[in-house]
Amino acid sequence: MIDVLFFAELQEKVGSEKVSMEADGLSVADLKQKLTQEYSSLKLDHAMIAVNEEYAQEATVLNNGDTVAFIPPVSGG
Amino acid sequence: MDKKFRITEQPINIDACIKKVVRAEAGAVNTFIGTVREFTKGKRTLYLEYQAYTAMAEKKLSQIGDEINERWNNAETAIVHRVGHLDISDVAVVIAVSTPHRNDSFEASRYAIERIKEIVPIWKKEHWEDGTKWIGDQKENTSYEKDIPSEEDMNND
Repeated sequence: MIDVLFFAELQEKVGSEKVSMEADGLSVADLKQKLTQEYSSLKLDHAMIAVNEEYAQEATVLNNGDTVAFIPPVSGG
Repeated sequence: MDKKFRITEQPINIDACIKKVVRAEAGAVNTFIGTVREFTKGKRTLYLEYQAYTAMAEKKLSQIGDEINERWNNAETAIVHRVGHLDISDVAVVIAVSTPHRNDSFEASRYAIERIKEIVPIWKKEHWEDGTKWIGDQKENTSYEKDIPSEEDMNND
């Protein structure tokens, strides 16, 4: 299993800050597809991706125990 | 409390942040304080709500400190960003940079706030009189939803 974290507007769309799912061996791109099938209103196109608290690419392959975060455009400061 | 790069739910102690970078080699400490603005292009903000991916945000703030050290000689940086409910004029972020000479501290402080708006996972939710919205992409001055005028996404330096 992996943990998937959602923030800001994405969190409100999903209705949860964290979901756990089976994704061992999937790429980040695969995971995005899986999530948008599950949550039809979820738009991840503009979100950056972090795996284990570092920015990652769509091709990154996930392993059990990873934490994936979808980072919508940030607005700190 | 001694961490130089941190996210907090409490009001920020500005002096404590500055003290983290004061040292004998420094002849300058530049402090940037970001506060909650009431009016943006005529639209009234009632309050803001900030959210962070805390663990990663603190790492990215620390990375900004490293980047400053690569660009300016002998700089010390401390950054604190507040999350949760913030009222008008509350302090949202404090950046303190000390360097041997003043020019570097001004430049590095400006660099830090711009980088925060690019890479640090912190989000601001506007609570207006007539609605709410998570704000995105301030550097581009556009919202990540296309249905709202760009001026509401802040010229927010």
